[in-house]
Amino acid sequence: MLELDDIQHILLGRAPAMSARYEFLSFRDPSAGRKWLAGILPTVQSVAASRASADENNRWVTLGFTWNGLRALGVDGASLGTFPEEFRQGMVVRAEILGDTGANHPNHWAGGLASPGLHAIAILFARDRAERDRCASEHRGLVARCEGVEVLSSLDLDATPPFDHAHDHFGYRDRLSPTIIEGSGDEPTPGSGGPLKAGEFILGYPDEDGNVAGQPEPEILRRNGTYAAYRRLEEHVGAFRDFLREHGQTPAEQELIAAKLMGRWRSGAPLVLAPEEDDPALGADPHRNNDFNYKESDPHGYAVPLGAHIRRMNPRDTAANMNRRRMIRRGATYGPPLPEGAPEDGQERGIAAFVICASLIRQFEFAQNVWANDKNFHGLANERDPMIGNQDGTLEFKIPKRPIRKTIKGLPAFTTVRGGAYFFLPGLNALRHLAAPTEARMRI
Amino acid sequence: MQDDWTKPAAMAIPEGGFIEQEQGRYGPVFPKTPACYGFTIIARIKPGTEQAIRSYAKRIEETIAGLPDALEMLKLHYLRWVLFDIGAETYFMYQGIFDTDFDKYTEDAVALFSKYGIDTVFENLEGFPEDWKSNPAAFVKFVREHQRPSFLEYGEYPYVSADEIKKALRLKAAFSTMLDQMQ
Repeated sequence: MLELDDIQHILLGRAPAMSARYEFLSFRDPSAGRKWLAGILPTVQSVAASRASADENNRWVTLGFTWNGLRALGVDGASLGTFPEEFRQGMVVRAEILGDTGANHPNHWAGGLASPGLHAIAILFARDRAERDRCASEHRGLVARCEGVEVLSSLDLDATPPFDHAHDHFGYRDRLSPTIIEGSGDEPTPGSGGPLKAGEFILGYPDEDGNVAGQPEPEILRRNGTYAAYRRLEEHVGAFRDFLREHGQTPAEQELIAAKLMGRWRSGAPLVLAPEEDDPALGADPHRNNDFNYKESDPHGYAVPLGAHIRRMNPRDTAANMNRRRMIRRGATYGPPLPEGAPEDGQERGIAAFVICASLIRQFEFAQNVWANDKNFHGLANERDPMIGNQDGTLEFKIPKRPIRKTIKGLPAFTTVRGGAYFFLPGLNALRHLAAPTEARMRI
Repeated sequence: MQDDWTKPAAMAIPEGGFIEQEQGRYGPVFPKTPACYGFTIIARIKPGTEQAIRSYAKRIEETIAGLPDALEMLKLHYLRWVLFDIGAETYFMYQGIFDTDFDKYTEDAVALFSKYGIDTVFENLEGFPEDWKSNPAAFVKFVREHQRPSFLEYGEYPYVSADEIKKALRLKAAFSTMLDQMQ
């Protein structure tokens, strides 16, 4: 039975938010951090509270801490040592494993995210922009009252036009392959796989192998907690559109190239089900748009190329151990949309998202390391994920086709990592535990 | 040239097993050599377990006979299991040649071994973590600690993956059939 009154809402729900703001914070000393935490705690909702107030609530707050942040809050050394190695090291130290080299290297990250002084994040999802601005102002007030708490940076996000559905700046429909946790009350859409054991995403519950992950200690700290890998990914829309024009003579050919890179038409229609022509009605239908596999339906990649983004990030029936690699994704787009036909304006725009999982090494890092960046994934030899893999202009993208496949050489980078961090998202009891003075903690 | 399969290649590997330090998820990444990725695990067996280890061979034989694709996901070329004595003690050696990286191989192997219930052989080794099923990281650690890196590897057709070899043989079979049809 999931403790829905203790699990932070972000794990199990998507707030009806059209706007968001992320605040990245640093604490000079434990008492400053605890004062801030105590001040913001009443706004943090559990799954149960969020569900009960979904209609009238206008803002949804989530809190997370880096390992340095837990230390800055005064968590003792013995407890800090029980967190897994990859979390203790943090995303910056794990850069090479994640493919964050070259232009993606933490040296180029924005907003102080590569700094060891990054301690916490407050994730605000707001129903609209006005509410976001109100909350931001409220948060500024809280920070001003907490001497020793510094905002390293903030990022504003919006559900952007021009479409009426979730999409990224390249125009691809988003949120098509939801991950469902057993006992959450949510129903998986056809093809999304069955509900997964809570332990894959929430600490303290049995996972797909029937085990309960032990770390971290004490139990009150880990119970109902999880990890989130934050990624701020700039999307180079101008370069992407130039690339499509270069490789497709007609608008239809350009759309097909875009679809091959992703594995879906930009409408969301999967190429496995609509290999020749776009089918926007299929793309918009959650009961059909994720209902496919690869092994029987498209073993050679004639519909979805073997190296396409969705085939790498979710190989479905063509990967081993799939249920132990799933992740929950939450996030939004930032930066202004670039209107169709407009020249690249030099403004930064992209996706800033959280990948939520119980094991950063087994789930998130595996996806980055093996699925996105292994040049030999599916025997491809000289490819990485065309959307999020580390592209340096020397790799290729092969599109299987009868009789002869098409090979695009010198694939440019359509995205660049602009920031990232590993956060621990505690349950609400754990947040109260962290907010309590050190002496009081000992008594719990 | 890594993609020139026509030219046999040998690679001398520095002590420690790494040509250049590249970080993997559980530790440094062992290099791909002309003989592809691989490992050599050597560990002492627990006294009295030799027969249990030998009977494991039959179980694997039967598993693969019934499910020829059981290990497909590991992208293997070859596996070799060896028992040998040093003085009065018996040691076990497990050598694998495969096409994925070391850590992925090990993680996937943990999952597959659990799935097919073919888990006993490593449990007969000294120092093997008892909680390996719930703790793949401990399994990976054991494998890494007992890996003895090669100091030299050779490939007659260097760097070619198992998939490429199978593809080439399929092509050969298809051409043979085609040419037969034209007689």
